[in-house]
Amino acid sequence: MLRRVSRWFRWFTPPIALAAFAALAAFATPAAAEVPKPEIVIANPGSKCIASPEVMRRTHMTMLLHQREKTLRLGERGAKVSLEGCIECHASKTTGSVLGTDQNFCQTCHAYVAVKVDCFDCHQPKTGMVKTTGIKP
Amino acid sequence: MSEENTPEAPATQDLSRRAFLGVSASAAAAAAGFVALAPGVKLMELAHAQSAYPAAGQFASSKIRWGMLIDTTKCATGCSDCVTACNTENAIEPGSGRPAQSSQWIRKIELKEQAGGHRELSLPMMCQHCANPPCVDVCPTGASFKRADGIVLVDRHICIGCRYCMMACPYQARSFVDEPLHDQNPEVPRGQGCVEACTLCVQRIDRGLGPACVEACTQAGHGAMLFGDLNDPAGEIAKRIATTASSQVRADLRLDPGVRYQGI
Repeated sequence: MLRRVSRWFRWFTPPIALAAFAALAAFATPAAAEVPKPEIVIANPGSKCIASPEVMRRTHMTMLLHQREKTLRLGERGAKVSLEGCIECHASKTTGSVLGTDQNFCQTCHAYVAVKVDCFDCHQPKTGMVKTTGIKP
Repeated sequence: MSEENTPEAPATQDLSRRAFLGVSASAAAAAAGFVALAPGVKLMELAHAQSAYPAAGQFASSKIRWGMLIDTTKCATGCSDCVTACNTENAIEPGSGRPAQSSQWIRKIELKEQAGGHRELSLPMMCQHCANPPCVDVCPTGASFKRADGIVLVDRHICIGCRYCMMACPYQARSFVDEPLHDQNPEVPRGQGCVEACTLCVQRIDRGLGPACVEACTQAGHGAMLFGDLNDPAGEIAKRIATTASSQVRADLRLDPGVRYQGI
């Protein structure tokens, strides 16, 4: 909104521009026109965070991208970066998932920034889903 | 992936995995998997207790070549415990009502000798984890690959679902997932638009366990499947291959499969 105002500013004489700016600012101030910022609630906050929220917000996708190569192709397990590890703490307490509603961890931000999260087309977004062979000893 | 670029796992890691599998294999052979190590402690419980991933920084080793030896004379006709165990472990749902659509990582094959028909055979067929896998050769994106320890896998992140590998595989071991999936095993990510096949239960191997099908076969008392390191001369599987006649399916293709059969 503000960027558009500043571009128009060049085309107006100062008094008109000021009036226009004031009028536009009056429209721009109510937050109702904007998408509400995501409210991130960590359901199971633990001490297992691998980096600060600022770092994670910017680089979690790169971290996961590099680790997936190591895990899948080179067979490294138990690494610090792990999608399962994220889900373990960040899954919603009510649904046990990081997806499903806009209150759940991954979906909250991804809905806000309109970036499709396709990890969970294949990966399990819920906790406690480990399956075993069902063989009884 | 060239083997020169593959980081080697420390020798201790190899030994512990080998030693564990060696112990479980010999114990299973001795008492069909029911070994009371202490009152109330069974081999399986021990196995699950040990089932943690190793620490980070350890990689699959090219010194190992995982393989399987299947004794078709012990494989029971009509038994499908290996298939059930595979489906449970890897969260494959065969009961979708459309069996033609569901993935098949392992299947049972019943054979009958045409001349006379007296000899009947039953064997499980799955990805043979070839040393020279044609699926890897033909993959246009590099999604099909062979891990350093000989396990042939699909990197679903870059698989485009062209199914060229399915056509190239002489064992018809691969399946294509053509509808969205739910309730996957967190350790076995599977999804629509990708080709998939037997992974030798790589998630279990990395924890020092054997494949689910082998475990199920041993538990059922058949003991028709033996899993281990083909490169380890002291291991049960290498000894059996050295001393008894075994064969490779379609050996003429010279793919050097990691799964060998006895009695066919």
